[in-house]
Amino acid sequence: MGLIAEAKPVPAERTTTGSNMLRNDKAGFGWITITLHWTIAALILALLALGYIMRRLPVDPALQFSLYQWHKSLGFTVLGLAVIRTIWHLIEIAPRAPESLSGMERRAAGATHALLLALALAVPLAGWAVASTSTLNIPSFYFNWFIIPHLPMAKSASAEGLWTLVHMALAYLLLAFVALHILAALYHHIVRHDEILVRMFHTGSRQGASSQAAGSDPMIAGRKKP
Amino acid sequence: MTLRLQSRPTAIAFTLLVAMGGIPASAAATAPELADAAGNYGITSASRIHFTVAQAGGGGGIVGAFGKFSGSFRIDRNDVGHSTVEFTLYPESVKTGEKRIEDFLKSSAVFDTANFSTVTFRSTAVKQTGPDTAAVEGTLTARGKSRKERFSVTLLDWNRGSIAFNIRGNIHRSPYGMDVGTPIYSNVVEFDMNIKGQRR
Repeated sequence: MGLIAEAKPVPAERTTTGSNMLRNDKAGFGWITITLHWTIAALILALLALGYIMRRLPVDPALQFSLYQWHKSLGFTVLGLAVIRTIWHLIEIAPRAPESLSGMERRAAGATHALLLALALAVPLAGWAVASTSTLNIPSFYFNWFIIPHLPMAKSASAEGLWTLVHMALAYLLLAFVALHILAALYHHIVRHDEILVRMFHTGSRQGASSQAAGSDPMIAGRKKP
Repeated sequence: MTLRLQSRPTAIAFTLLVAMGGIPASAAATAPELADAAGNYGITSASRIHFTVAQAGGGGGIVGAFGKFSGSFRIDRNDVGHSTVEFTLYPESVKTGEKRIEDFLKSSAVFDTANFSTVTFRSTAVKQTGPDTAAVEGTLTARGKSRKERFSVTLLDWNRGSIAFNIRGNIHRSPYGMDVGTPIYSNVVEFDMNIKGQRR
């Protein structure tokens, strides 16, 4: 089996298929990237909705208090995941862009992705600053599990007001870029008919190659890599 | 009289006062007579109703006071076991130094002052626990729910015209439908009250 595999030429973009689908490769994303992407996406949408409901709608005060605590715990979760996602983005290889993309489109996509990552970090950090500077001094009790300390910032009504404004403005900016990101993905899927959207749903290198025995063993395939 | 009080576990709150009165009465000629303590008292505005709700991780919690309250007690001349005390608190007057917390406490989440303007306490029994301390039991009513609660009372000072106690008690919020914010904020409200009574 191994001999047969070694005898076959293996395209570079298919070197990490088969059992090892966690990592990205040149042909597509691995499960680590895909899982982080959708988890953070779901949390960001939930947090935007929560933030709007708890701040803008006339909700029951007791419910409002609970919504704030959920917002804080979920927000800290996004912060942690966004840190991991950013590190992953920096150290992991990126899949090749489709040939049909122009240089400007690639640069725009790169810039949007970088900004989305930066905002996924900045929005929860600004939220943490709100909790830290608030004169309410409500502890951040992560899912009623453990205390996340406040940032070392002075508490005052003006500082709380400023950071609330920053948190809100960055959140709306994030919402705008999330919308742009979704529209771009849909545009690629519906108008351009490329794999941009689809490859965030499954590991790209399985496309058209998953049945090949050569791709099923990354160790063997790896040895054949030039 | 002191002996009789101690033999009656149902003697009410201010038994202690009379019991305490016996000590200076026997020790100093100038001290008031026991009977002098009997009578009707009004709780004066010089009294202080402090409370603390601890928060997770320490850091002080919610500390506040109620500015508006009223109450009276009667120390029975013949049988302090028949004495009575009643106390009314107006939660609308809660002060914490942070308006948003005060508004939250007044809201439907906690005191619901729009529907329940008072919190009342009516004593039912007292048990002496030391030379100048007692445990007072009574019915606390808040948000339309009544429950037996216990406070510990320490006599601070008294003379012919007035009397002062320190009263402490830990009240659980949940039985009154006020458990919002737990477990970030403790279910227990620690009351620390200095009650001054003026003879009527």
